Amino acid sequence: MAALTPISRKPFWLVALVVGLFGGFIGLFVGTANGNGPMGVFIGAALLIGLAWFYIYVLKDERAGRGITFAGLGIAGFAAAGMPGLVLGAIFGAIGGWMIYWMYEGRYRAYVPPYLTAGQVLWHFTFRVICGAIFIFLITPILVVLPLSFNAQDFFTFTPEMLRFDPEGYSLKHYRDFFSNNEWQRSFKNSLIIAPIATIISVTLGTLAAIGLSQSHVPGRRAIMAILISPMIVPLIISATGMFFFYSDVGNWLEGLGLGKTFVGYVKVVLAHAVLGIPFVIITVTATLVGFDRSLTRAAANMGADPVTTFFRVQMPLILPGVISGGLFAFITSFDEVVVVLFVGSASQKTLPWQMFTGLREQISPTILAVATILVFISVCLLTTLELLRRRSERLRGMSPG
Amino acid sequence: MSETGQNTGQNGLVLAADGTPLKKSLARSLRVEKLRALALIAPLLLFVLFSFIWPIGEMLFRSVDNRDVGEVLPKTVAVLKDWDGTSGELPDETVYKAFTADMLVAIDAKQHTKLGRRLNYETSGISSLFRKSGRKIKKLDLETDGPFKEALIKIDKKWGDVETWKAIQTHSVKYTDGYYLAAIDMQRTPEGAAAQSEDKRIMMTLFKRTLWMSMIITGMCVLLGYPVAWILANLPARSANLLMILVLLPFWTSLLVRTSAWKVMLQQQGVINEVLVWLGMVADDSRLVIINNQFGTITAMTHILLPFMILPMYSVMQTIQPTYLRAAKSLGATNWTAFWRVYFPQSIPGIGAGSILVFILSIGYYITPEIVGGAKGVFISNRIAYHISSSGNWGLAAALGAILLAVVLVLYWVYDKIVGIDNVKLG
Repeated sequence: MAALTPISRKPFWLVALVVGLFGGFIGLFVGTANGNGPMGVFIGAALLIGLAWFYIYVLKDERAGRGITFAGLGIAGFAAAGMPGLVLGAIFGAIGGWMIYWMYEGRYRAYVPPYLTAGQVLWHFTFRVICGAIFIFLITPILVVLPLSFNAQDFFTFTPEMLRFDPEGYSLKHYRDFFSNNEWQRSFKNSLIIAPIATIISVTLGTLAAIGLSQSHVPGRRAIMAILISPMIVPLIISATGMFFFYSDVGNWLEGLGLGKTFVGYVKVVLAHAVLGIPFVIITVTATLVGFDRSLTRAAANMGADPVTTFFRVQMPLILPGVISGGLFAFITSFDEVVVVLFVGSASQKTLPWQMFTGLREQISPTILAVATILVFISVCLLTTLELLRRRSERLRGMSPG
Repeated sequence: MSETGQNTGQNGLVLAADGTPLKKSLARSLRVEKLRALALIAPLLLFVLFSFIWPIGEMLFRSVDNRDVGEVLPKTVAVLKDWDGTSGELPDETVYKAFTADMLVAIDAKQHTKLGRRLNYETSGISSLFRKSGRKIKKLDLETDGPFKEALIKIDKKWGDVETWKAIQTHSVKYTDGYYLAAIDMQRTPEGAAAQSEDKRIMMTLFKRTLWMSMIITGMCVLLGYPVAWILANLPARSANLLMILVLLPFWTSLLVRTSAWKVMLQQQGVINEVLVWLGMVADDSRLVIINNQFGTITAMTHILLPFMILPMYSVMQTIQPTYLRAAKSLGATNWTAFWRVYFPQSIPGIGAGSILVFILSIGYYITPEIVGGAKGVFISNRIAYHISSSGNWGLAAALGAILLAVVLVLYWVYDKIVGIDNVKLG
C-alpha cells in the first residue's frame, strides 16, 4: 500500500511518552513476576525512554540502534531467566527498537489519511489494538492446545522444561497413546465408518433434490425447502430427543427382522447423521445451480445425449465444486457430531467426539489434546480445500477471487 | 403443415408439431416437468419427513401421551371414574378387586414397575409401593382371597391412603398436560394445576438462566464481533483475507476441540491460572475459579459462537459505502456523530441477523455447558439430556424439548422476516 501522508520527524516528548507507556506495560508483567510491580513499570519505562534518547541524540543510526536493542535485551533476558528470558527479551527488544524509530520518524502517520487529527490517529491505532486483542482471543485456545499436546508430562499446562525449549520437555507420547490405545482407535474407526457413509447418503439424495428444486416449476418450493433445511434449524438437543424415541423403535423393529445388534446400531447412527448433513448439501448445491447455464443441458439433449449422460457428462462436472463443498460440510457435521450419537448410538458405535466428550467429563487425559491437534489439522485441510474450490468456481464464472 | 410455416388448425388454434393444440401440449410438458422435479426431490423429501419430521412429531406426541396408566390398569380406571376423591373416603371393594385383577395381569407382563415409575414422577414414593407390593399381590388368588380391600391394605398401608388412589385417578387420562406443567414447575393434582413444592422448583430457574445467559453471550458476541467485522470490511482485500483465516479457523475447528481447549485454559491448574500465578498477579492458594460456573460457560460459548456473529455482520458491512462516512464528516459531523447516525444504522441488519443466529444456537447448546458449566452454568438442554439418559422421565424431556422448539421456531420466524432463510450463507 502506498503511503498516503508525507512523514516528518516528531518531537522527543511524544516518542518518550509512547515508548515509555509500552515499556511500562511490559515492565509491569516482568515486575509482578519478580514480586514488585511498580518497580518493573518504572524500570521498563525508563529503559525504553533512555534508549530512545540515546538513539535520537547520540547514536543517530537506525540499523545499529535496532540491532543493539534486539540483541542487548535478548542477552539481558538470557542472563536473567535463561531460554524463555532470551526469547521474551529479544521480542521485547525488537518491538521496542522498531517502535522508537516508528514514532520518531513519524512513520505511523504514513498510512493514515493526511486530514486526520492527532486524536483520530490515536483512535485509529487504539482500535487496531482492540481488534488485535479480539483476534488473539479467537485464536489463543487453538494455539494453546497445539504445543501442549507435545507435553512430555501428563499436565495441562506448560512445564518449566517446555518453556526452556528443552527437548526433554517434549514428546510424542500422547500421540503414541492415541494410536495404540484400543478405545481411541475403535472410536476413530467408528468415526471413519459413520461419517463417509452418512456423507454419501446426504450428498446423493441432496444433489438430486437440489437439481429438482432448481427447476423452474416446482409446486410448494418454499415449504419443501423449509422441511429440507429444518434439521439445521432445530437445535441438536431436540433433534436428538426426537431421534432417540424414533430410533429405539426402528432399532427394535430391525433387530426383530433378524439383523445383528451392532449392524443395526450403525444403521441408526448413519441415518441420523445423514439427515443432519442434508441442509448443508442442499444450500451449497442450490447456490451453485443458480449460476448454472441451463441451455447447456438443452444443447446436450439436442446432440442426442439422454438425461443420464447429460447429467454425468455436462451438469455434474460443472456443479462438482458445490457438491464437494456441500459434502465437506456434511462430513464435518457428522464427524463432529456428539449429541445425536450419544442418544441414538450404543457403546459399540462410540465415535471420536463421543470418546472426547466422555474423556472431558470424567477423567481428562492429555491424549485428548493430541486428538484435538489432529482434528485441527484435519479442519485446516478441509478449510484449504473449500477455499480452493471457491476460487475455482469463481474463476469458472468469470469472477476474480475476492 | 401449412405453406406459411405456421401450424394452424381448422378452427384457428395454434398447433404443436404432433397436431395437438399448442396450449394443451404446453400444459402437458409443464406437467411432465413438474413431475420430474418432484420425482427428483421425492426420495430426499420422504427421507427427511420419515426420519426427521416424524421423530419430532413423535416427541411432541410423547409430551402429552399418558396411555400407560389406562393400558396397565384398564378395569381399575373404568371403575375409579365414579369415585369421588374429594370425599376423603377410600374407594369401595369393586375398585380394589378390579385393581388386583389388573395388577395380576401387569405383574405377569412385568408392567407394574414401569407404571410405578410413571406415577412416581408425580407423587414420589409410589414407585417403591408398586415394586414392593407387586411380589405380594402376585400370591393373591382372584377367586378365593377376597375381600381385597383388607388384603391390599394389609400388604401395604399406603393402599389405605386416599392420596394413592387420587394419584391413580388423576393420571388415568389418556392425554395429559402433566409433563408441560412439570416443565414449568407445576403439577397436576386432583384439584387441578398447582405450583410444585418449593424444593422441586428447578425448571423455571433453568429456563430463565438459559435465556439470560444466552442474552449475555449474544451481547458479548456483538461487542467483540462488531470491531472485528468492521476492520475486516474496511481493510484492503489482501489483509482482510488473511485476518479472515483467524475467524474461519475456529469456525471450522471441531466443537469438542474448542471446548477441551477452554477446559485446559480455565481449570484450576490450567493455563490462565498458571500464567497469572507465574506473573504473581494471583496468589498460588487463591487461584481464580473460572470453570464450572457461569463465567466458564459464557467465556467458552462467546468464543465458540463469535464467528457466527462476525460472518453475517461482515457481509452486511461490506455493502456499506465508506464514502458515506467521509461525506458525513465533510458536512461537519464529528467522528462519533458520523458513526452513530450514518454508519451504525446501516449495520443494524447485520447485528440483527448475527444476534438472532447466536441466540438461537446458544439456547440449544448442550456440550459446552455440560463440560465447562458445572452445576451453576448449565442450560435447559442439559436437563433434557438428564431426563433422557439418567432419570428416564422421557415425557418430561419431550415436553421441555417441545417448549424449547417453540421458542426457536418463533425466533426463526423473526429471523426469516428480518433476513430471510434463503440468505443463509456458509463460510
